[in-house]
Amino acid sequence: MDPSAPLPRRRFLNWFLGTSFGALVAAVIYPIARFASPPRIPEATTNQVEAGDVSDAAFSQKGFKIVRFGAEPVILLKAAEGDYRAFSATCTHLDCIVGYQKDRSRIFCNCHGGAYDLNGRNVSGPPPRPLIAYKVNLVAKGSEPAKIVVSKA
Amino acid sequence: MLARARSWLDDRLGLSTITELASHKTVPVHRFSVFYYLGGMTLFFFLVQVCTGVLLMLYYRPSANEAFESVEFIMTVVPFGWLIRSIHSWSANLMVFFAVAHMVSVFFMKAYRAPRELTWVSGALLLFLIMGFGFSGYLLPWNQLAFFATKVGTDIAGAVPIVGEWMVRFLRGGDRVSGGTLSRFYGWHVALLPAISTVILVVHLALVQVKGMSVPAACDEESKRRPPMKFFPHFALRDLSGWIFALGVLAALAALFPWELGEKADLFAPAYENIRPEWYFVFMFQTLKLVPGGEIAGIEYEAIPIMLFGAAGLLLVLIPFLDRGAARTGRSKGWTIGGVAALLFALGMTCWGYASLLPLYVVLISGLLLSLLAFITRGSRNREAR
Repeated sequence: MDPSAPLPRRRFLNWFLGTSFGALVAAVIYPIARFASPPRIPEATTNQVEAGDVSDAAFSQKGFKIVRFGAEPVILLKAAEGDYRAFSATCTHLDCIVGYQKDRSRIFCNCHGGAYDLNGRNVSGPPPRPLIAYKVNLVAKGSEPAKIVVSKA
Repeated sequence: MLARARSWLDDRLGLSTITELASHKTVPVHRFSVFYYLGGMTLFFFLVQVCTGVLLMLYYRPSANEAFESVEFIMTVVPFGWLIRSIHSWSANLMVFFAVAHMVSVFFMKAYRAPRELTWVSGALLLFLIMGFGFSGYLLPWNQLAFFATKVGTDIAGAVPIVGEWMVRFLRGGDRVSGGTLSRFYGWHVALLPAISTVILVVHLALVQVKGMSVPAACDEESKRRPPMKFFPHFALRDLSGWIFALGVLAALAALFPWELGEKADLFAPAYENIRPEWYFVFMFQTLKLVPGGEIAGIEYEAIPIMLFGAAGLLLVLIPFLDRGAARTGRSKGWTIGGVAALLFALGMTCWGYASLLPLYVVLISGLLLSLLAFITRGSRNREAR
């Protein structure tokens, strides 16, 4: 009898059991990995929001406010009388929320000291990109203070 | 009666084998022996974290609408709630401090050289786990600082090539830091991380028992000359007195400087001025602040320090396998200099981040206290003197 005959069978069994075990592990890991990865939930797209009116005390006190644009924060600032500007308030560096420094006329992120000019351009500090600009419209109606409408540019 | 119970248990558990082994365990005595207490101290703070953490879970609610209020409730209404939470926070910081001090001392004594490579690797993993505890625990009070620290900390994962975006979503439980992130971090903080840490901690402690304490090459002769200390009861009692002292310090810190709660997280408010992460992340935070915006070959500049810190973490784990000099002679000047440089970098950046020399003073005072402790506990000079 060929002395090497039992070996292929043993090897086959080892291979068979090994791959079966591998498949079993994969069948356990895959659903766990998928479960732990958060599902993508479609969000209602926001194209414009009403952001109060120009008489808002936030403008006279701090010169800006953060507006909810869907789930995104948008910074709405008063650069001059009648000149309102809006940008994404999410710092392009590491995702903090920026504020407006009225006295220094710049948009500033307190997390890592990133600075943007009033056109949203990154001018100093770590931010790699400018802030995304939004469109601002003032809607005047009679003698009431004008309403501010922020929309996607 | 007691003796009978003892012998009954002994028959079933083999206690006498364990006590026999324990009675033979010794600790080498030399001028750096005091460093052997740092690991035990870290263990003590870990145990405090487990106990206070379990207590906090009785009242804490991990949801965006209730988390902040529940911590407020713990701090103001629950009897001794302020004490338990402040001890949890203080002990967390001291645990990080002692883990780092333990690692630094082990590094400079080259205790990671063969056959203790795996003790070092398990210890380095425990340090990362501790940082994971710190980061995940940070979010749980759901205050402004927690919110921004988590926004930045999770966004950093985005710098990892290819899988970065997936990692950010995985960490956040969605596209943004929200209540979903809180649920995840809570699960990791109270279940996943403790489970993994316990396993690695057991391995780490078992390795220390099996391999014994390492003696630095410079103290080889001294430790042969001086009689070793019995672990039971001499070393263990010294450990214990240190732990009791630490408990007193914790209680004093919690009473005199209760941990702040801050303001509730507002997802639509700018980050406040001088916002800063916990002290052990400040050196990385300050480095990130210094790197200007820009792009090179499609990689944003900010990703470069992040990847370098990642590489440094990997290097830290692999030290025992890379330091060939220490493996041969127990000495390796290059690695010692590298370690000093890394420490000076971290210390310098931390001081810069705080715009204060306080971190430097803390390090100097700790060094002084340790030296003093080493002097007090130096014991007899040689075998004959005993």
